[in-house]
Amino acid sequence: MAARRRRAPEAAGGHLGEALPLERKLELYYWMRMTRTLEERLVALYRQTKVVGGLFRSLGQEADAVGSCFALESRDVMSPLIRNMGAMLVKGATPLEILKQYMAKGDSPTRGRELNIHFGDIGPAGTTRGFLGQISPLGDMVPVMAGVTMTFKMRGEDRVGLVYVGDGATSTGAFHEGINFAAVQRLPLVVIIENNGYAYSTPTAKQTAAKQFVDKAIGYGVYGEQCDGNDVLAVYDCTKRAVDRARAGEGVSLLELMTYRRKGHAEHDNQSYVPEGEIERWAAENDPIDRFVRVLRDREGVSAETLAEIDARVVREIDAATDEAERSGVPHPLDALVGVYADPPAERPLWFREGADVSSLGKERPEGWGTWDASKGGTR
Amino acid sequence: MAEITYLEAIREAIDEEMARDPNVFLMGEDIGAYGGAFKVTDGMLAKYGEQRVIDTPISEIAIVGAAAGAGHMGMRPVVEMQFIDFIANAYDMLTNYVATARYRAFLPCPMVVRGPSGGYVRGGPFHSQNPEGGFIHTPGLKVVYPATAEDAKGLMKAAIRDDDCVLFFEHKYLYRRIKGVMPAGDHVVPIGKARTAREGTDLSIITYAATVHKALEAAERLQQEDGLSVEVVDLRSLAPLDDEAILATVRKTHRVLIVHEDTRTGGIAGELTARINEHAFAHLDAPVLRVTAHDIPLPYAPSLEDFVLPQVDDICVAARRLVAW
Repeated sequence: MAARRRRAPEAAGGHLGEALPLERKLELYYWMRMTRTLEERLVALYRQTKVVGGLFRSLGQEADAVGSCFALESRDVMSPLIRNMGAMLVKGATPLEILKQYMAKGDSPTRGRELNIHFGDIGPAGTTRGFLGQISPLGDMVPVMAGVTMTFKMRGEDRVGLVYVGDGATSTGAFHEGINFAAVQRLPLVVIIENNGYAYSTPTAKQTAAKQFVDKAIGYGVYGEQCDGNDVLAVYDCTKRAVDRARAGEGVSLLELMTYRRKGHAEHDNQSYVPEGEIERWAAENDPIDRFVRVLRDREGVSAETLAEIDARVVREIDAATDEAERSGVPHPLDALVGVYADPPAERPLWFREGADVSSLGKERPEGWGTWDASKGGTR
Repeated sequence: MAEITYLEAIREAIDEEMARDPNVFLMGEDIGAYGGAFKVTDGMLAKYGEQRVIDTPISEIAIVGAAAGAGHMGMRPVVEMQFIDFIANAYDMLTNYVATARYRAFLPCPMVVRGPSGGYVRGGPFHSQNPEGGFIHTPGLKVVYPATAEDAKGLMKAAIRDDDCVLFFEHKYLYRRIKGVMPAGDHVVPIGKARTAREGTDLSIITYAATVHKALEAAERLQQEDGLSVEVVDLRSLAPLDDEAILATVRKTHRVLIVHEDTRTGGIAGELTARINEHAFAHLDAPVLRVTAHDIPLPYAPSLEDFVLPQVDDICVAARRLVAW
């Protein structure tokens, strides 16, 4: 059962993304452009110290996030990782939500409890957008998504799950236990390993002795496929095959999307561990948006004006969302006590806080990781 | 009505809840065809089928993580740790993922993690633990640890119906030693309520799980030999704690001995002592004392295990010191 293909079957006469009409391909372009431009906006806000915590980029990985999630239906459930803002946008997360979340606003999706893109919206099909809020310990979302997709199987629902992990997360026990359990149960789950070369500063050679991560599919007895993660149509096709398999009851797939992380782990990371010239080479030769623009222009006949209109629309939408996010207020300190449990619905403040003036709380901006310091410079 | 054991009471509760609610299902290692290491889920596979009684790989992270995912989607999983010692393997999933889910992401985790716990059974370091201390410290989890068959059933039903994750510690020493007649009808014991196991006026012993029975034995001996009237409070729930019942017994007897089988440092006795100190210091006629296990991994040999764990004699020694204060 452990079939494995190294490259997508272009040779059969067709081209990548053949099943997608042009308007859908332009949607792919829109989401990739939205991902990159929104992150650039977040960098600006970060440098203005309006982003409270760390900032995580997916520069150079937009195709793998967007193209893979594009293969899902609206009823399906997706569990993103920190480089998958693009996948969340495709699944319905809005720039406004993401901006408010990064800025720790009181009406952000998590009301200021969680950071960056750690938020979700899952539940019954048709009433939720179908993406799950991640947590920082890596690999944990794989067992959780095994549980989510187990309910699809139990209830006979025609729904599929997709969970992203990075190359680093494959070293965790949670990843192993989760994919193994899902495989044994033949759950409708697609596991995507985004191989971007680094886990924080650790290169893949120090993460695994396997020649490639897709080889792990054989060990788990699941379908495996590796594809060019910077080719959005290849990513779409590859993921679509796995999603179709899951929907048809053929169980788990393990996909390895080959890509490259052009920014540091987070914005404060100076990437001193990256060999000279590596980032520049990927930027010049293998940028996923540049590559897709060439496909749209040269093969699909899309004009430069059409793409420029999309770019302008993206900027307009982000401008409007930024204005609205900036107008939102911060959470009230006492909201910290609400919602740890369903019952009781709120905790009581400790006695030394009863009736205390809490208006000064939250004003200090601590130094340290995740905060921008103009004197120290940014990532290269 | 016939008496049933503590173990059978747990099984009866799970059975009734599975019959009542199709969203309740079971996961664990060897729980299906084999019926579980202690046979708590014996017969469940035949009755409810493979969809609702799921034998898993040896993967505590996956069991707890999958339960959380299923809980998000409206199911009510009840999962077994084959021995509660192995819950440590799922510590990250419970504390980082499950416990924070509602607060950080409005995600419900209505799930029960249950398993055979505790010592006095010559089980050695990995089949005797009482890991509750690590979890009562984690906001977002509820923890119960019943001492009687009636409470085992009633608390299990409450745990399954609770909208948050409940850790349900079952004392394996009590599994087949303790029996009870189940109250008729839908017997649910609310989480967060202690129980007075014995009324008294001279001092209070606050305890839970197997040491409730040690405390009751000690109370009887102290009555016979010293003429002392000892109150025994069975906490039943460790998170949340029943502050009202704890403070009420302090105000009644003015002398408090806390007994637990868990190790001493960081054990719940410290927390109880602090709460009594904060809220009822003026009512105390003596410092709060505690009888606990020594801070030692639980050894196998009977002579060693009995030395490390609290015994009836220890409770009597401490009680006498308390009244003589």
